[in-house]
Amino acid sequence: MLSSYQESIAIFLGVNVLMAFSVYVPTSAGLISLGQAGFMAIGAYTSAYLTSRFTSFDVPFGLALFLGGAAAGIVGVLVAAPAVRIKGIYLIIATLGFGEIVRVLFVNFEPLGGASGLAGIKPLTTLSWVVATCILFFAFLWRLRSTPLGRAFVAIHEDETAAEAMGINLFRTKLMAFGGGAFIAGIAGGLYAHFALFIDPSQFGFSKSAEAFLFVILGGSVNPLGPVAGAIVVTLLPEFLRFLQDWRMSFFAVLLIACAVWRPGGLISYRRAAHP
Amino acid sequence: MILLQQIINGVMLGSTYALVAIGYSLIFGVLRLLHFAHGEVFMVGAFIALCSVWYLHVGPVLAVVSAAVGCAALGVIIEFVAFRPVRRRSGGMLAPIVSSLGVGLLLQEVATNIFGADQTRFPPQFEATLYHFGSLFVTSTQLFILGTSFGLMLLVHLFITRTKYGLAMRAVAENVDVAGLLGINSNAVVVLTFAVASALGGIAGVLVGFAFSAISPFMGISMTIKGLVVMLIGGLGNVYGAMIGGLVLGIAEVLTVGYLASSYRDAFSFALLILVLLVRPQGLFSGGLRAGH
Repeated sequence: MLSSYQESIAIFLGVNVLMAFSVYVPTSAGLISLGQAGFMAIGAYTSAYLTSRFTSFDVPFGLALFLGGAAAGIVGVLVAAPAVRIKGIYLIIATLGFGEIVRVLFVNFEPLGGASGLAGIKPLTTLSWVVATCILFFAFLWRLRSTPLGRAFVAIHEDETAAEAMGINLFRTKLMAFGGGAFIAGIAGGLYAHFALFIDPSQFGFSKSAEAFLFVILGGSVNPLGPVAGAIVVTLLPEFLRFLQDWRMSFFAVLLIACAVWRPGGLISYRRAAHP
Repeated sequence: MILLQQIINGVMLGSTYALVAIGYSLIFGVLRLLHFAHGEVFMVGAFIALCSVWYLHVGPVLAVVSAAVGCAALGVIIEFVAFRPVRRRSGGMLAPIVSSLGVGLLLQEVATNIFGADQTRFPPQFEATLYHFGSLFVTSTQLFILGTSFGLMLLVHLFITRTKYGLAMRAVAENVDVAGLLGINSNAVVVLTFAVASALGGIAGVLVGFAFSAISPFMGISMTIKGLVVMLIGGLGNVYGAMIGGLVLGIAEVLTVGYLASSYRDAFSFALLILVLLVRPQGLFSGGLRAGH
């Protein structure tokens, strides 16, 4: 059996894998997001409110998770509708701004605790919940690659104009990719909230979004194995580097620079996928 | 009158945003890349100035100069460590984001290990003199900040439009290959760009230190984000857009704090960003590192 320390690391790892998936889905359609923590926050707050604040009846955990993901997904589609018109650097900065807006809105939203956070969330997240969710999404994303939708994502990623000429509805497909990523981030947020038991807006800031982005860019985005690899490396490495004490993030930083130089397409990548 | 006073405070805050965003615009204009450690350069600038005040007992002007020189050197090192190797291996647009995030983490941890994670007090540099203009008042610190930042903006303008190096910078921003054919050493231009941009960022850090009398290793993160937002509002790579965008954001933030609530301050700036993206995605002032006509 796992010790409680190992179990908590495993649960964090699972949440991070899901966050990596949430960046991977839009990335596979060429949409880079640096604001996934915003969707994670929406899922976390929604599901925590449903399981722990309704006194009249208890919403089952699975349903609360799904509703949290759905809330994030709907917001994702709403955000994506105007955002898919913009590309590249513009989209990166716009998503970054979106993530910050969500954080600030939660800071100012007193019914959910405002800046002081939401405490007293029921401890419903278990390792089996996390593992089951990860496996479910991994299988789904693995299969997705050989469906028309998954192929449409890749086509858009490679060349938008050519994809459109092939009859792909750019707007609808991009909306699916962005909304899907947001949905997964919402689920990850729900699992996180019911494990951390206390959430406040500062937990969903830019560094969370940047971390999720790094999982995918480090791991690679040609298939779902890349984000898993990225999440594992980024989550576990600091644990193994504990002997470095105050300097372990520096070691990690140097590793990031080295990866950017030598594996720009990610750890798991095709040779030609290095420069899209 | 209160409104006018608020606007003066906003211009002061905005001028530091503008200095940071000009750096972003210069780097983006020349390289078409985002520099996610630029906020940390800003933070390092503040700490370099603090050290020269502590150990060398210099005045405010020399503190600014020391930060400018130190950060210019730091910027050049960042270019050689995190940007040039990635560019040479054609890492695309995303790999430099990863490497510069790495540099940012590194600088943050170095600063935390030296100065501690808490805020460090920045000793006051000026006699607290109030200058009255009618019913408005400006402190000596504010005057210094306004003078320095607007002076620097003028210098940047003259540098870009009137010097050989500025011309080379604009040429590389316009088209790297053609600039190379015309005998411009584009790598040297990139190094120069990083030096200038980082010096401006570092000076902004010192000015913020003067203004708020406290600095911390984590003050760079929000500046990274705001600098990017300002650059996008002004138009990617447009130096003048960055200047105006910075001032607009500064004024907007101060007015939000004054008339709404201080906790909405950041929401407003990002709402402005989203609005600009929706209505005018190319930014208020489009067009690259072009100066004049």
